[in-house]
Amino acid sequence: MNEITRIFRQLNKHGKKALIPYITAGDPSIEKTYELMQFLAENGADIIELGIPFSDPMADGEVVQRAMERSLKAGTTLQAIFSLVERFQERYKTPIILMGYLNPIYAYGVERFVAEAGRAGVKGLITVDMPPEEAREFCALLKRHGMAGIFLATPVTDQERIQVIKRFARGFLYFVSVTGVTGERDKIPPEINKKIAEIKALVKLPIALGFGISHPRIIEEFYPYLDGFVVGSALIRRWEVTFDVKDAELVNFFRGMVHACHG
Amino acid sequence: MKKGYYGRFGGIFVPETLMPSIYELEAAFFRWWKDRGFREEFNGYLKDYVGRPTPLYYAANLSQRFQVKLYLKREDLCHTGAHKIMNALGQALLARRMGKTRIIAETGAGQHGVAVATACALLGLTCCIYMGVDDVERQKVNVTRMEMLGAEVVGVKAGTKTLKDAINEALRDWVTNVKTTHYILGTVFGPYPYPEMVKAFVSVIGREAQRQIWQKEGRLPEVVVACVGGGSNAMGIFYPFVSKKEVRLVGVEAGGEGIATGRHAARFQGGKVGVFQGTKSYVLQDEKGQIVDTYSIAPGLDYASVGPEHSFLMESGRVEYTYATDDEVLSAFFLTSKEEGIIPALESSHALAYVIKNSHALRHKLIIVNLSGRGDKDIDAVRGRMPI
Repeated sequence: MNEITRIFRQLNKHGKKALIPYITAGDPSIEKTYELMQFLAENGADIIELGIPFSDPMADGEVVQRAMERSLKAGTTLQAIFSLVERFQERYKTPIILMGYLNPIYAYGVERFVAEAGRAGVKGLITVDMPPEEAREFCALLKRHGMAGIFLATPVTDQERIQVIKRFARGFLYFVSVTGVTGERDKIPPEINKKIAEIKALVKLPIALGFGISHPRIIEEFYPYLDGFVVGSALIRRWEVTFDVKDAELVNFFRGMVHACHG
Repeated sequence: MKKGYYGRFGGIFVPETLMPSIYELEAAFFRWWKDRGFREEFNGYLKDYVGRPTPLYYAANLSQRFQVKLYLKREDLCHTGAHKIMNALGQALLARRMGKTRIIAETGAGQHGVAVATACALLGLTCCIYMGVDDVERQKVNVTRMEMLGAEVVGVKAGTKTLKDAINEALRDWVTNVKTTHYILGTVFGPYPYPEMVKAFVSVIGREAQRQIWQKEGRLPEVVVACVGGGSNAMGIFYPFVSKKEVRLVGVEAGGEGIATGRHAARFQGGKVGVFQGTKSYVLQDEKGQIVDTYSIAPGLDYASVGPEHSFLMESGRVEYTYATDDEVLSAFFLTSKEEGIIPALESSHALAYVIKNSHALRHKLIIVNLSGRGDKDIDAVRGRMPI
């Protein structure tokens, strides 16, 4: 079993859910990202999702767009992200997955990217603009280097489509709560429960909910139906105020989310 | 060839949320494009609303001056002033058959935006146009036109505040409102089936040109020239000639202030293969794979990537791609205005600039230039640069 999947299973055994914070690597610098990763790991993150910055993040809302802009301004490179992961993994066991758009990976060289990510200790990869149809070779490479290719399902994914996604998806299935871009929402339509149940019947992988997870109350609402939760924009919005891991607002918010997942 | 690909270019590179809509669009397009009623309706609008066929005009004065035989395919005479209206109408008719009630589109210079707003006004569809705030500022007249046609124009403040950012924002809207909304992409670009569908709606240009040159000259042209931004007008005129190997096809990209300055939009000069906004093609990018700022005096060519089939036609050698600089374009613009009494769009002036620059090598050749749009929109941009 993939290490990512195993973490979910372990938590599930104790009636807990995985909390997966998303942050953009290099926002506002690699050093600051390292501090934030330490904070997240030490305060209960189960998996950390690190974003690779891209100039044109078409699936992201304003908060993540800003984070990516700051990271690009700081000159973040893929090499720097790999060393960051490597350095982090020397001290922490929290697995790292990367999230990115295809072009920077493609420009780096897909094989080189996968090999170096694997060597750095990356455990999984989400490529936002690469649907399963285009992912065959990529996924074979990921497998060879011990990484999970993580794919998304959405409220408009039907049963036929799930069969396509399922063939490639490893680690966990990332369920997008709403049709839309990343960003905080006050409320997530309760009818997605039906969709999640439908998918659960077809897929063995753990399912995590992302997009709009802005408050512990949302985690509580969907707790019984899912195996984990991804929190991105709500975290970054607090981070970008001071870029300080001691900031009370940031600390309280994150601990609240962890508490909602771990009880 | 893999479905949706032109050689190694093309494909479908979009977030998962859009995949069902991409398949829905593919199915709808191939169903209705074969449907007689749909074709009759589309062709009816082309004839009586757009004003097709557009003339193939012998440019006697330019021909004499440069010792060539130059014909202009007068797409500038289409309703709304450019070839863009055909794709806008085709997709709007398709959207209506798909039961979509809301249309979104991106626009740079505003030509595609105006065409979409026009089609929506005609067919009673709600219309929202995304446009970078820098372009909103530069193209005020077209913003007013779109608003008069009933469209909502949304200024995009993200990124470089130009065309590529307008596309990002349109994609974000589409992801959000995917159930009710159809996205009318403006060129032979983006995820499959867009490049194929847009080509189908615009290749009437080349079919007409072929018929008209036979009528006038009794033979095929020796050279066909078109400007290439995303590449819809070029694909429209090239495509019916691709199988006629004896016809040279030349695509002209935006050389801006010169390739060496980096201020240009010539993807086949300074770009490399990448994946951007839904498709694999040549892309102007830095060594880290970040998309770079482009520049051209012609806003319709000012874009970092190019339709995937153009990349295929470039690598296969069937089409030659070159570029014209702003200065060359401006002289072609003014010369055509003065010699022929036709004010061409700055975009189309790239194709004219190629002929003028290479007139020696093209001596006595039978040439068709796709005059893809009219230049009224460019008056503010060229004012003050008129030769004395």
